Amino acid sequence: MAKNTQLSFVLNGEEVQLLCEPRHSLLEVLRDILGLTGSKEGCNNGNCGACNVILDGKVVNSCCVFGLEVQDREVTTIEGVATNGELHPLQQKFLEHAALQCGICTPGFIVAAKALLESNPRPTEADARLWLAGNLCRCTGYDKIIRAVLDAAAVTSGEVTPVEVTAGGRK
Amino acid sequence: MAIVFIPSQLAKLTGGVRKVEASGRTLRDVIDSLERDYPGIRERLVEGDRLRPGLAAAVDNAFVGLLQPVEDTSEIHFLPALQGG
Amino acid sequence: MSTMKSAPPSSKGKGEYRVIGTRPIRHDGVDKVTGRALYGADLQLTGLLHGRVLRSPHAHARIRSIDIQKALQLPGVKAVVTAADFPPAGDKVEDLGEGTVKLRDLCGNILAGEKALYRGHAVAGVAATSPHIAAQALGLISVDYEPLPPVLDVRKAMSPEAPLLHDDLFTDDLGEQASSPSNIAKHLRHEKGDVGEGFKKADKIFEREFETAMVHQGYIEPHNATAHWNADGNLTIWTSTQGAFTVRTQVATILQLPISRVKVIPMEIGGGFGGKIPVYLEPVAAVLSRKTGRPVKMLMDRTEVFEGTGPTPGSYVKIKMGALKSGRIVAAEAYLAYEAGAFAGSPFFCGMMCIVAPYDIENILIDGYDVVVNKPKTAAYRAPCATSAALASETLIDEIAEWAGQDPLSIRQLNGAKEGTRRADGLAYSRIGFLETLDAAQAHPHYKEPLKGPYRGRGVASGFWFNCGLRSSVTASVNPDGTVSMIEGSPDIGGTRTSIAMQLAEVLGIAAEDVRPQVGDTDSVGYTDVTGGSRVTFATGYAAIQAARDVEQNMKQRAATLWEVAPDQVQVSEGVYRNGKNSLTFKELAAKLNDCGGPVSGQATVNADECGVGGGFATHIVDLEVDPDTGKVTILRYTAVQDVGKAIHPSYVEGQIQGGATQGIGWALNEEYYYDEKGRMANSSFLDYRMPTALDLPMIDTVLVEVPAPGHPFGVRGVGEVPIVPPPAAIANAIYRAIGVRLHRLPMNPGRVLAAILGR
Repeated sequence: MAKNTQLSFVLNGEEVQLLCEPRHSLLEVLRDILGLTGSKEGCNNGNCGACNVILDGKVVNSCCVFGLEVQDREVTTIEGVATNGELHPLQQKFLEHAALQCGICTPGFIVAAKALLESNPRPTEADARLWLAGNLCRCTGYDKIIRAVLDAAAVTSGEVTPVEVTAGGRK
Repeated sequence: MAIVFIPSQLAKLTGGVRKVEASGRTLRDVIDSLERDYPGIRERLVEGDRLRPGLAAAVDNAFVGLLQPVEDTSEIHFLPALQGG
Repeated sequence: MSTMKSAPPSSKGKGEYRVIGTRPIRHDGVDKVTGRALYGADLQLTGLLHGRVLRSPHAHARIRSIDIQKALQLPGVKAVVTAADFPPAGDKVEDLGEGTVKLRDLCGNILAGEKALYRGHAVAGVAATSPHIAAQALGLISVDYEPLPPVLDVRKAMSPEAPLLHDDLFTDDLGEQASSPSNIAKHLRHEKGDVGEGFKKADKIFEREFETAMVHQGYIEPHNATAHWNADGNLTIWTSTQGAFTVRTQVATILQLPISRVKVIPMEIGGGFGGKIPVYLEPVAAVLSRKTGRPVKMLMDRTEVFEGTGPTPGSYVKIKMGALKSGRIVAAEAYLAYEAGAFAGSPFFCGMMCIVAPYDIENILIDGYDVVVNKPKTAAYRAPCATSAALASETLIDEIAEWAGQDPLSIRQLNGAKEGTRRADGLAYSRIGFLETLDAAQAHPHYKEPLKGPYRGRGVASGFWFNCGLRSSVTASVNPDGTVSMIEGSPDIGGTRTSIAMQLAEVLGIAAEDVRPQVGDTDSVGYTDVTGGSRVTFATGYAAIQAARDVEQNMKQRAATLWEVAPDQVQVSEGVYRNGKNSLTFKELAAKLNDCGGPVSGQATVNADECGVGGGFATHIVDLEVDPDTGKVTILRYTAVQDVGKAIHPSYVEGQIQGGATQGIGWALNEEYYYDEKGRMANSSFLDYRMPTALDLPMIDTVLVEVPAPGHPFGVRGVGEVPIVPPPAAIANAIYRAIGVRLHRLPMNPGRVLAAILGR
């Protein structure tokens, strides 16, 4: 019988404490114990990015992190992206650009893109595509997602116009 | 008289004829009329009160049921019921 | 039931609608970008148990016995079920609305009966207090298998020496039943004219063979189902599905329950593409719930999704065309064999219908075969079977174009179907927009710009898919503040609740934001067929239009009461109700309803099959570069032109085109079920089942050609499925121009492309 172990960490800016089994992934802790179902399971082995969270400033696949590994560390999930009820520019731009169809990959993309903009405020299209290559989307073909991310970057970095995209394809 | 296009799998029953004329005010009447000329064809097209499951009927390009009215100039086709994904 | 034919198509052009053609934020958008939206796996209920499924490791085996005792003894395990827990199917034959199926086969795919017919075939289900304990319990169930030789190739399965999957499957060969069992379930034929005569007229005859592998829809959300079999005998199911009503029918059929006992609540769904129409977990969760008295939630992991759900058939297609020197095609003959998987019933006849559907050809003969093999039972995947068919026909036409010295778009214009052209299955097209897509492609900057550089090539291809009509229901209630609450029956996979709300808003003269759309469950909204077949914006939109007209009639009566005139003396236009000097907007009238009769609501259930045979056409242009050292293909530029009839919400129409094209690109270049000789899928994870990522693609340009469909008031055509049809052929044609070799087998992965280069 697996032994429940105490875990405490900072989640979306607030300290949380809970009991979990050593075999629980961080994704399971978030979804099944804390009830934060915004992070999704797509593959459970680190290949689709639907479970992305930010751990101490770095994007990780929460299905590949054990719950107990985040003891005393900082975790940001999709639930912590909007602040005080106000959407983050990424969330707003995803809506404006229709960058989601079924929406299951959207939390993972928004979390990953948030980390992108925090590390590179003015990414090029190529930067964005490389950074987001670990997030699978089966509905959109990525076009509108990339446009939304570049448009959000323009907002968060204070520039007026978004970066040019490959209208007319790659050279 | 409406024109009925006979699909390949029923062609044996009509002796190989692929386009036949049939009369009737509704699709069901037309099928009954076909049965008089080509016995055995009705049970391949109809089950109880409905078209055989898996079969669709198009009257003048619209997919319809047995009670659909049929005009003198109507064109009738029988096809596998289509599905998508 | 409304009469559809009486509604004339609107002749309005751009800018003449207030709401249609605009791009409002989707109503469920905020929930989806904040992680609040509840998908099937997110459901939490009191007393929930967790279920998992045990699956056959063998591709083909007799099941001698199943011993569940050890599993039952594991602490935390509450129940274990097998096929024996379903009511006996006997020889019953059922109609699920898409053809008959033996009940034994329907149940047999949910939990195996006498035989395991594919690796991944479900054999038993377990419910326990945690998903981990359920998974542990699977390891404690012992199944005594007698392995049998598997058959894994469609043509090998058709040979008389092949091992048989079912000893009671007799070929339905053009309507005649064979006398001895076979793996060939069905043979159908379409004929037009006389191909023998046609080929005699040809100046040259071209013939090629093509093979495609099984591929998966690849939705990111695995299957899920939660069931609660209540003490009063009522069964409630929560599931991510493309159709709550079809789940109800399937579950009621399998469990031999009256449908009135089954309620299905569709949760938000993370992709479907046809794969979430059949049920897999729902009946198992239901019987586990009945045994335990508690709700049971079941989720699949990714391996189970690949190995235990419904991928699309692999295929073998042989195609022959005869052409005149001018490029005019005078005869076409095709032989298509599709893998049904473990049980009969692939959508093979859809491939037959689509294969040369964009063209006006006088003489056509098409033979199609549905063949069982020891692989998962196939399900629909976005324009099912049409992509494999188009690979063959669109590649062959490209060869003919080259021989005739014709531009590939011009040869399609020369042979293109238009209103009145008859297909091989006999139906004649109503007004269609195929030629318009070719014109738009030809005029596009992409096509005009020359492609320079070694190992680069440009390819084009076209494709066709019909629209399902079927039945949809919508209910609309007017709120005192002038907003309208709308319930519709179509699960929303891509933004359709908004496009349906927009159509309602357009008719009522209100803003899209003033409609509050909701997807209903089987008890709260009228019967609605599946979200699929490119039908929702078309058919459920039509129901919304009729429901809005119903509301409008009631509003007119209320205004008449207020103004003390007869209802026919009230006019309404653009949402303003008038009689003489009296005038009220919809909002103003809504606030006064309690003074003149009470609340207003409207309803409609439509059968959109009566709208006429329409369909959508697409023409795609792709530029690519091949790495001569590795065979890797890089997509440089992609343009997808499609006749969409009328784009209600252009962003979501563009999204459908971009998404479908991307699935087609993955199918063309990398995706396949890679089987070993024992029938085991070696690549059942997202790492090795390689779908396109953001890094693999450029932006995808879309051109929305609008040739209104005659059967819909706004001219809507279904758009979702066509875009997956052209890409593999367009890419094959482009690879030819890049390396001088034509590939005839999918996927055109680096290994195969390199082999083609080296073999030159």
